Amino acid sequence: MERSGALLLFPLAVLLSGCDFVVLAPAGDVAVQQRDLLVVSTLLMLLIILPVMALTVLFAWRYRQSSTTATYTPDWDHSTKLELVIWAAPLLVIICLGALTWLGTHLLDPYRRIDRIEAGQPVTQNHKPLKVEVVALDWKWLFIYPDYGIASVNELAAPVNQPIDFRITSSTVMNSFYIPALAGQIYAMPSMETKLHAVINRPGTYTGFSANYSGAGFSGMRFAFHGLSDQAFGEWVAQTKNTQATLSRETYLELERPSENEPVRHYASVDPDLYGAILNLCVERGKMCMNEMISIDAKGGLGLAGVRNTLPLQYDKLARRGAVFGNDPSYVASICTAEEAAAASRAARSDDDRSWPLRNLSPLRGVGLLAPGAGSRRADAGAPSLGLLRFEL
Amino acid sequence: MPESLTKFIFGRLTLESLPLHEPIVVVTFIVVALGGLAVLGAITYFRLWGYLWREWFTSVDHKKIGIMYMALGLVMLLRGFSDAIMMRLQQAIAFNGSEGYLNAHHYDQIFTAHGVIMIFFVAMPFVTGLMNFVVPLQIGARDVSFPFLNNFSFWMTVGGAILVMASLFVGEFARTGWLAYPPLSGINYSPDVGVDYYIWALQVAGVGTTLSGINLICTIIKMRAPGMTMMRMPVFTWTSLCTNVLIVASFPVLTAVLTLLALDRYVGTNFFTNDFGGNPMMYVNLIWIWGHPEVYILILPLFGVFSEVTSTFSGKRLFGYTSMVYATVVITILSYLVWLHHFFTMGSGASVNSFFGITTMIISIPTGAKIFNWLFTMYRGRIRFELPMMWTVAFMLTFVVGGMTGVLLAVPPADFVLHNSLFLIAHFHNVIIGGVLFGLFAGIAYWWPKAFGFKLDPFWGKVSFWCWVLGFWFAFMPLYILGLMGVTRRMRAFDDPSLQIWFVIAAFGAVLIACGIAAFLVQIFVSIRKRAELVDVTGDPWDGRTLEWSTSSPPPAYNFAFTPIIRDNDAWWDMKKAGYRRPLSGFRPIHMPKNTGTGVILAAFSVALGFGLIWYIWWLAALSFVCLIATAIGHTFNYHRDFDIPASEVAQTEEARTTLLVAEGARA
Repeated sequence: MERSGALLLFPLAVLLSGCDFVVLAPAGDVAVQQRDLLVVSTLLMLLIILPVMALTVLFAWRYRQSSTTATYTPDWDHSTKLELVIWAAPLLVIICLGALTWLGTHLLDPYRRIDRIEAGQPVTQNHKPLKVEVVALDWKWLFIYPDYGIASVNELAAPVNQPIDFRITSSTVMNSFYIPALAGQIYAMPSMETKLHAVINRPGTYTGFSANYSGAGFSGMRFAFHGLSDQAFGEWVAQTKNTQATLSRETYLELERPSENEPVRHYASVDPDLYGAILNLCVERGKMCMNEMISIDAKGGLGLAGVRNTLPLQYDKLARRGAVFGNDPSYVASICTAEEAAAASRAARSDDDRSWPLRNLSPLRGVGLLAPGAGSRRADAGAPSLGLLRFEL
Repeated sequence: MPESLTKFIFGRLTLESLPLHEPIVVVTFIVVALGGLAVLGAITYFRLWGYLWREWFTSVDHKKIGIMYMALGLVMLLRGFSDAIMMRLQQAIAFNGSEGYLNAHHYDQIFTAHGVIMIFFVAMPFVTGLMNFVVPLQIGARDVSFPFLNNFSFWMTVGGAILVMASLFVGEFARTGWLAYPPLSGINYSPDVGVDYYIWALQVAGVGTTLSGINLICTIIKMRAPGMTMMRMPVFTWTSLCTNVLIVASFPVLTAVLTLLALDRYVGTNFFTNDFGGNPMMYVNLIWIWGHPEVYILILPLFGVFSEVTSTFSGKRLFGYTSMVYATVVITILSYLVWLHHFFTMGSGASVNSFFGITTMIISIPTGAKIFNWLFTMYRGRIRFELPMMWTVAFMLTFVVGGMTGVLLAVPPADFVLHNSLFLIAHFHNVIIGGVLFGLFAGIAYWWPKAFGFKLDPFWGKVSFWCWVLGFWFAFMPLYILGLMGVTRRMRAFDDPSLQIWFVIAAFGAVLIACGIAAFLVQIFVSIRKRAELVDVTGDPWDGRTLEWSTSSPPPAYNFAFTPIIRDNDAWWDMKKAGYRRPLSGFRPIHMPKNTGTGVILAAFSVALGFGLIWYIWWLAALSFVCLIATAIGHTFNYHRDFDIPASEVAQTEEARTTLLVAEGARA
């Protein structure tokens, strides 16, 4: 094994020289610090690993049966001194590594704002962070720039040496947002938001992708990340603003449908509430947002009436199919306007729900595949099952 | 036939469910079907059904059950490895716009099935089989505590394996990755039968694993020979005890979390859904609270094997027995405190991440101590490089690399850049192949003569050894490199052509491993052919140290004619030194458990129940559930569970062995 390793060394060196070790040679300061930690940890551990490997080979050779000179002590099985060493040596390494880990993990916490652009260059008042809202879709990436009111699909641009604040979520399943050249990854999860703070130091085009398997189109879920000079970034923004497309709730629902290997797209304007609606699973109008639901529940919820405050759902990302013994697929109807709340309250007081509702409650219609046995499953659109909402205003 | 009736009878199973449009699957099916028919035909032709049923399938003898577990593991290894080599081939050719030869639908099933099969139906049966065979012999017992339960556990494991295999030809398997994270594995995003196959296969097999864990804990605690205190137990028995404690404490979590997922899928609950207050992160936590102990369930018994092998083939007492035991116990406890390191990137805070990172690193201290203990067992020994010892040295050199990369991944900031990359894949294959598999091959070569009375052929063993070891390094070192190049796992096609060479090297490694597996099969075949040459009459071919070597090979059904009395932790070594002589008279009847077919029947009903649930064939599910309960209750009325081997028969068996030993002595 050892010898074949030596024979391999030469072609290996040739092969390795042609490779782009992006993890070991990144272009963003956060990734650089992560790389440093990786290298230091490896060296620390080699302090133990290399002697162990050498001793293994040495002992295996030295005490082989055919050796006539080696000592043989069949009953020697204990040495307090040795035991101390073999427990203490790894312990010492782990203490060092543990301290490094504690520090490194806190310093490089993706939720923590970065405090330096590069080694020796702290973040100052002049550095205005670029905000980017990232949405993992099936199977492409949507980037919204709230400060500029623009958005792009499968292309991300940022000015060099400016802090970038990512807010990350997903529309359907778990993905992981990862640009190796920039910083470590963080999961993108539906109805949840993760954060990442990073900075890119060298201009260039880098690869980003999903690092968590998310279904059939996962392999093609890649995007280009452009690190641009301030001027070039300004041009990129202007160019994006020049395109015709706008990203409204409706166009988002179109975009959200599963598709693979999507080309780059730009949107000149974006509905400012869109990201919040995606995060709270309420892009479809008439659906209650998660944060509203949470705050209603935190105040005691809607009781039994709330359980019935649902509408039949026809389309949800993929063809929505209900569980075999479950209720028909449904969603919680929103009750967020003042008129609705007042009507609900009136209805509750007079016990007369005929004065209800003010709004068209016909179910949302999607275009996805029909559910198996669609005939029996399709809810009756004419009879929304909106229950009485017994809560006082 | 009206549609509603078809639907009632077949649920959602239709002709379209058969993957006739996938030529690869069809060819596989034809090959498997022909092979299967040939085997069945041969069994019928040689009239072996009765023999198999009486002597093996219904057997409650722990040795036979152990051997059947090993056979199951070997068969499933072939399936799991086919998946592996298909993936390697796909990744080696899917470059420059080529989509390779597998579509996403097929490829995604393959990597899921590979993981599930290798962990649940290869590594687990192998490990359980070794423990089943060896532990009662090592502690001087005649069987396990609950022999029928043992048989039942085995058949439930087979049941799970049957469901997984069925998914290849009837319907499809999950396309979610081996841990089936929701929401992807929820009904919305995986509406087909794949995830249901996954759930019910693991639930059925999980019952077997949990019960066999309980069984072995009882056996080790209650059935040790007189004089064998806890601190005189062989190290393999110790590691088995810890492993089974881990099984009993962690498998219920898996059962519970899969039940919750099943409820989400079947009755529309919202435990792990996106909407209605579900929380997929809860699933990820729960599955890893099982999943991390699981990796120690796999590796601990093999640590035991390496301890036995090192000490036997160095001709020396194990160095630092006490610290070895404590190291095992510490690993057992710590393995519950590290699960979060599988998802540092899920957004937990820095303090939580560092806590779990540091606990993970702490595990490497007792593990390191173990490595040193083996090292100092070799020190001043007289090492015989037979096959088991070769595997052990290869393990020590390979495993430390995997251990190092593991600790590296436990540093959260490093994990942020390496998580889910091929570096991670290389790491866990490094410890699972370099640790679990090498250990299994060491264990198989070591205990084979005990099980069958003849050694394995060393030549083919060495061929297999070198193919495996070199194959492993060729297959996985490129993945470490690719991981550092930022290549992520479960990719089906690539666009950077500079990566291709590494995938080609990895595929070459996989071919070498294929040769290793083939050589292993040839080794078994050749050894059976040459069994007269390789025979071992003494029952102690390696100059062993623990009790299993004191009885004949293969051991008689009752293992020991007289229960041995233990004075030292290398019991047999001590007996040999004290000039032990086999008792030749004074035999007494031996009380033994009777064979029963109930385990097979219960497992068959469980498979039917699982199949019914998977395909929504409710009448089948209900019927088989009722039958399952009825059979279980019916079995409690079976009062003919035991018998006595008459003293004359024991005397006869022992007499036959004496004759053999005398003949051997005369020849020597």
